[in-house]
Amino acid sequence: MSGWMHHLLIVPIALPLVSGALLMVYDERRQFLKGVINLISALTTLYVAIRLLQFADTSATGVYLLGNWPAPFGIVLVVDRLSALMLVLTGVLASAALIFSLARWHKAGAHFHSLFQFLLMGVNGAFLTGDLFNLFVFFEVMLAASYGLALHGSGVQRVSAGLHYIAINLAASFLFLIGVSLIYGVTGTLNMADLAVRIPATAGDERLLLEAGAAILGIAFLVKAGMWPLSFWLLGAYPAAAAPVAASFAILSKVGVYVLLRLSPLLFGEKAGASAGFGSVVLLVGGMATIAFGMIGVLASQAMGRMASYSLLVSSGTLLAATGLSDAGVTGGALFYLVSSTLTISAFFLLIELVERGQSPAANIIAVTAEAFGDEEEEKEKPDDGSGSAFPGTFAILGVCFAGCALLLSGLPPLSGFIAKLSMLVAVLAPPGPGVAAGIPLAGWIFTALLILSGLAALLAMSRIGIRMFWAPVDASVPRVLVVEIVPVILLLSLTIALAVQGGPAMRYMQETARAVHAPVQYVHDVLSAPRARRAPAREAAR
Amino acid sequence: MEVLLAIAIGTLCGSGVWLLLRPRTYQVIIGLSLISYAVNLFIFSMGRLRSDAPAVLTGQTGTLADHTDPVPQALVLTAIVIGFATTALFLVVLLASRGLTGTDHVDGQER
Repeated sequence: MSGWMHHLLIVPIALPLVSGALLMVYDERRQFLKGVINLISALTTLYVAIRLLQFADTSATGVYLLGNWPAPFGIVLVVDRLSALMLVLTGVLASAALIFSLARWHKAGAHFHSLFQFLLMGVNGAFLTGDLFNLFVFFEVMLAASYGLALHGSGVQRVSAGLHYIAINLAASFLFLIGVSLIYGVTGTLNMADLAVRIPATAGDERLLLEAGAAILGIAFLVKAGMWPLSFWLLGAYPAAAAPVAASFAILSKVGVYVLLRLSPLLFGEKAGASAGFGSVVLLVGGMATIAFGMIGVLASQAMGRMASYSLLVSSGTLLAATGLSDAGVTGGALFYLVSSTLTISAFFLLIELVERGQSPAANIIAVTAEAFGDEEEEKEKPDDGSGSAFPGTFAILGVCFAGCALLLSGLPPLSGFIAKLSMLVAVLAPPGPGVAAGIPLAGWIFTALLILSGLAALLAMSRIGIRMFWAPVDASVPRVLVVEIVPVILLLSLTIALAVQGGPAMRYMQETARAVHAPVQYVHDVLSAPRARRAPAREAAR
Repeated sequence: MEVLLAIAIGTLCGSGVWLLLRPRTYQVIIGLSLISYAVNLFIFSMGRLRSDAPAVLTGQTGTLADHTDPVPQALVLTAIVIGFATTALFLVVLLASRGLTGTDHVDGQER
């Protein structure tokens, strides 16, 4: 990466910052203009992310020295396969959610577009940074924007859910700071690559302090990722948020997963000496508990918003447990699962709003009552509001999208959810190499069982809700759905189809990513030996 | 000196956690502020404490060993700014919640 291409690395952070600031200038009445600027910025960021992905796939790590100081001293931005993948995913989700919001949600409150861009900046920054404290800063940018977005549209429910969300995340941020400063106190560095070099050398009391710091830091990320005992805030905040906001929040919990996936093999991989493998048992057990908790929640929830949130927990739990298994093959499958499940849940959050629009708010409760006590208390009012002609088209499309979500969440063929789960199971049950005789560890069996059971639970819950919504609705009024609103859903779902059709190349990319993540020698070397930028030759000659 | 600082941080943090678990939003925000003070002091202390040393070096060219580590100070400055901003934001949400629900209970309703 040379010349102007090199500066592409900072675009995913700088562009949202600039356009977010620009959007503040315009009055709230110029919503259309703001929407256009926001969309252009989001699509450009997506394009840059794709270029970065192509770059990361061909050669080694791209390193950008902010302020042109060499790596352990200055702050660095790093792009490798993993961060490029996350950037593209963020760009896709953000664009889809944004297009959806242009129909009507962006008018529901002030400064939606600015906050959206700042959220994008924080998320992209968290994926790109190679420095722990800088990670904290980007985390806070992301969270501050997400606080605003969670409250978007206002209302009692959003504000009180937002209050809990903010309080929990503020407390988690303090844990983050304590962890970071403990690690700095012991090692004297905050650069992730430099940490990987220094950690094997710590011993005795220092090592205990370091591990305590890492554990406290880990708690902060686990709160974000939604591991079981730390995830109750999520179930209040996400269903209450506006649909496009919830759809883009699907990536926020993946930021926590990303950091754990990045740091746990980098800092406590095989080369970490006495600390090797630190915390992976916690990730494994916690992840499995999260799957179990999410699975029960999926079965128990009546409202679709809650069900989507529980599905998000299942997805987080699966990823955490896969990280805890610390095996490159499993991680490859898990990355595929990450992309597939994030796209699915995002599409599902958008879809829910469209489907529920056709219902009175109490319809869910009524439906439950109807299931439990028979159909005697059917509602009779509900005059037709004149949009009956749209019935077959709209309902059919919504139904097909819903069925797609159900297939993806439960991991049935032919969509990408199946490939993702299959590749994880193959890696767990048939580890490559000559050591097959050693057998599969107990953790592998439990993980397998939970993965399959969670798929079954999702299938049951989705078919129950699908029947209630589409085949036997208590009050069937047709939702008025605009093209702008259904297109992002179809777009996200067709991406999962593309992911299934192009399964081979996609899987190769994921496997190479996983290998690089688990053997970070190249990463560490590239970051620490990144050359400083030279003065332009013309100016050098003029002096 | 170390003991004094440790006790101070512990007291601040303990009080903060206790207040954070209280049911009133005002108590929660004061608790969060106290925790943030404790955390800021904690980050500061990670640069190591030294007592009985001159604040300004005069008449001698100091080596690196005579200077304190500037990184924790930079970190604590950033942490103060961010903590202040997020606390202010929380305050706004607190007021909005009070206005919408008519109570200052964290759940928006009295138990």
